[in-house]
Amino acid sequence: MADLSFYVHIPYCIKRCGYCDFNTYTPSELQDGATLEIVSADYIDAVVQELKSAPKDPVSTIFFGGGTPSLLPAKDLGRVISAIREHNGLRDGAEITLEANPDSVTPEKLADYISVGFNRISFGAQSFVPHVLATLDRTHNPDNVKKAVDAARAAGFSSISVDLIYGTPGESLDDWRITVESALALDIDHISAYALIVETGTKLAAQINRGEIAMPDDDAMADMYLLVDSLCEAHGMSWYELSNWSKPGHECKHNVAYWHNANWWGLGPGAHSHMNGKRFWNVKHPSAYKTRVFAGETPIHESEVLTAEQIQDEKIMLSIRMREGISFEELAPHHLERLAIYKENGYVSLHGDSVTLTPVGRLIADRIVRELVM
Amino acid sequence: MPAISLDKAPQPAATKPEQIRNFCIIAHIDHGKSTLADRMLGITEVVEARNMRAQYLDRMDIERERGITIKSQAVRLPWRSGIDGQEYILNMIDTPGHVDFTYEVSRSLAACEGAVLLVDCAQGIEAQTLANLYLAMENNLTIIPVLNKIDLPNAQPEKFAAELAKLIGCEPEDCLRVSGKTGEGVAELLDQIVSQIPAPVGDANAPARALIFDSVYDSYRGVVTYVRVVDGHLSPRDQIQMFSTGVRHEMLEVGVISPEPLPSKGLGVGEVGYLITGVKDVRQSRVGDTVTTYNNPTKSPLSGYKDPKPMVFSGLYPLDGADYPALREALDKLQLNDAALVYEPESSAALGFGFRCGFLGLLHMEIVRERLERESKLNLISTAPNVVYQVTLDDGKEVRVTNPSEFPDGKIAIVREPIVKATILAPSEFIGTIMELCQERRGLLLGMDYLSEDRVEIRYTLPLAEIVFDFFDQLKSRTRGYASLDYEEKGDEEGNLVKVDILLQGEAVDAFSAVVHRDKAYAYGVMMTSKLRELIPRQQFEVPIQAAIGARIIARENIRAIRKDVLAKCYGGDISRKRKLLEKQKEGKKRMKMVGRVEVPQEAFVAALATDADIEKVKAARK
Repeated sequence: MADLSFYVHIPYCIKRCGYCDFNTYTPSELQDGATLEIVSADYIDAVVQELKSAPKDPVSTIFFGGGTPSLLPAKDLGRVISAIREHNGLRDGAEITLEANPDSVTPEKLADYISVGFNRISFGAQSFVPHVLATLDRTHNPDNVKKAVDAARAAGFSSISVDLIYGTPGESLDDWRITVESALALDIDHISAYALIVETGTKLAAQINRGEIAMPDDDAMADMYLLVDSLCEAHGMSWYELSNWSKPGHECKHNVAYWHNANWWGLGPGAHSHMNGKRFWNVKHPSAYKTRVFAGETPIHESEVLTAEQIQDEKIMLSIRMREGISFEELAPHHLERLAIYKENGYVSLHGDSVTLTPVGRLIADRIVRELVM
Repeated sequence: MPAISLDKAPQPAATKPEQIRNFCIIAHIDHGKSTLADRMLGITEVVEARNMRAQYLDRMDIERERGITIKSQAVRLPWRSGIDGQEYILNMIDTPGHVDFTYEVSRSLAACEGAVLLVDCAQGIEAQTLANLYLAMENNLTIIPVLNKIDLPNAQPEKFAAELAKLIGCEPEDCLRVSGKTGEGVAELLDQIVSQIPAPVGDANAPARALIFDSVYDSYRGVVTYVRVVDGHLSPRDQIQMFSTGVRHEMLEVGVISPEPLPSKGLGVGEVGYLITGVKDVRQSRVGDTVTTYNNPTKSPLSGYKDPKPMVFSGLYPLDGADYPALREALDKLQLNDAALVYEPESSAALGFGFRCGFLGLLHMEIVRERLERESKLNLISTAPNVVYQVTLDDGKEVRVTNPSEFPDGKIAIVREPIVKATILAPSEFIGTIMELCQERRGLLLGMDYLSEDRVEIRYTLPLAEIVFDFFDQLKSRTRGYASLDYEEKGDEEGNLVKVDILLQGEAVDAFSAVVHRDKAYAYGVMMTSKLRELIPRQQFEVPIQAAIGARIIARENIRAIRKDVLAKCYGGDISRKRKLLEKQKEGKKRMKMVGRVEVPQEAFVAALATDADIEKVKAARK
């Protein structure tokens, strides 16, 4: 039986950050004047209820994302882990990740998370430069990240990651260098670094449209990417996916499952699933989700069955982003022909029996994918 | 009542020339010609009030929307004169109102004895009207000056009456004042047409001679030919013959327009009407030709026949290459109705397969393009318009160039380009601005006259190539819309001309080649290279864009290699989203053209070649 991965969505935040368009809500957005306790009271019940409709394959990874999962107490999240253990069974050494806000953890809470089964934690640090954090609408003090990481290590997390964002309006290459070096100075095992994307409808998009702030150009973004890549590599963290670097053995198994098109099931509102070439996703709003689940109806909103061409396209799209690259077996002669010019210009290299992207090649990965699948 | 019911009015083929008045209306776009014509149809009761609609005589949507007349119409209007109480037949010949159709206008004028010079008395006479007025005067037509729109609050009838009087040599008080909108003065105008314009004169017993002044293709009836009988008689039993070709045609129908086609027993001296012969192509029934009868043909044709010559050329390409056959079909169809349109297939490395088309002028080009897009639902790209160059090589060989990319390289002795005489009318405050513009465009001042205290007529010779670019737009914008322009062919002259090629990564892009004056080559090169640098997306390698005369590079820009084209995040739900985006981009890729190894989006070609209006159209089509 193939292993299954679970994603558990926690759709709550205390406040919405200016750049964020994720499926997350503040308590007062959901219910006037309500507290987090009130709006999330029966949420875990709904997730556990939805789990009953999932397949029973053994589970090797669970990822709690959001929103801000660390807003919920360990006993609540622990109920989901226990339910999965009962329903599916957990593989030995299963990776169980918590996404956490550095501001919302304490040594006691972290110890509680360990006690219910978590072993990996990913902190949303984003930046270590105050003016960049302010533009991102983040409230935490950069010093809290170090405290949070140290506390997580002390509590017993075996793998610790931080998320960083580059290309924030007003962020210089030196600002970014400070952020990356500050992160690498911590006792961490993994870094994810994402270029800031301005999503329509966000506060950030409005500020840019009004001309109050301006996004850095693509060349500046490219320089920032090359900088984080070289600093991570120099620090013993190699890239294993376009936006992810880790110490050996600390790759995020859950995310690797996505990129290998393994089977994964998303629990919670708006969560996506992939089972054997079929993709489906739940209704987006927490209230609609809970209503459906408690009425005994499926929360699945839409689904698609992938065609052979779509499966092939996705495979190229996902595997080219990874260190292992695309093996020759996956490529047709015309693919290799089209890649020749990219090789000539230093964007791809050949390793053994596969094609991988060089650092500058990773920066134009989407273009190369287009070229291959056209 | 001055109107006479149709059945009681003098009948076609039985109307004495003395009872006939043939006239046309000379007016600028917007000066109210169609409204006045509508009013005449109403007042003579040939169109019942309940059937009346605005711009009754304009048959094409384009004509109605733009307020211009492309094809002539000739309407038979019975009228009892309020002056002598006699019955008359007035034939109103509605003429095209644009410089591109000067030849057609001249034939319409040749079918008349008089012209109503209609001027908007809030605006005054415009250059094109003036040109047509001169044409009418050269044809010895009686001119009746009429000030229209006297109902407008900003009308200045005294000022413009003085202007008209000066132009045609009459007294200001001779100018009639009408309002096509309210009908005021229209009956008086009809009476004046009867009393001032001479009756036609012809020999009823001579072999038939009729002038073709228009020829229209109708999908049900074939070609409808509009004629003015000069001598003799045409009857439904005749076999007719075209003088220029000698080809004989059966007469299927002869009639008059009143204002719907009405078959008649024939047409006599001085009468105006239509013929249907079953011919399917207007090129077999050409404007200006003489119609005679096969059994008793004339030996001397009416003067003035000539073949229309295309003056402006442009490549037309379907936006979607798959539409090429549809474009060919649409052009074939359009040519049935447009003897002046010429085209031949051409292919461009950049734009694919299309046609090099020849037009009478810019408006003709715009109209053709608009009709192709509208009537055949095609999306087209047109290359920048150019003129015809006569190139003499060092070895004496002559080459005629209608496409700049075919301009010979090197070894050129002489290049000749078409020259026009341009007439510009404008308020005198703009004299300096206009002279500056004409100077920039290699113009040579011929003369200047004041029409009134503050309006001036400026005459220049200009290379036609300088006008086809954006001269008219510039003239309009620099004079806040007050200047009007007309021009006529004046042969060709030697010019210091060179071909500028635009190279992408060292490869010339045919669609961007241009023939320009040597002094302007650098400016063109800089303009085009910087425009393309903005329009062409960054590629995986650096792309130089160069402008060159022969092997000499005169301008250069670089498109730097792309640095970033990737979305950083790709988890869970991102995967479907990303794949769907990819599927959309696959579609978009089909619209990319490869120039060598450089991917150029269709939009870049359109934007580099087209006017702002074209770009808007493409954007709209994409939505």
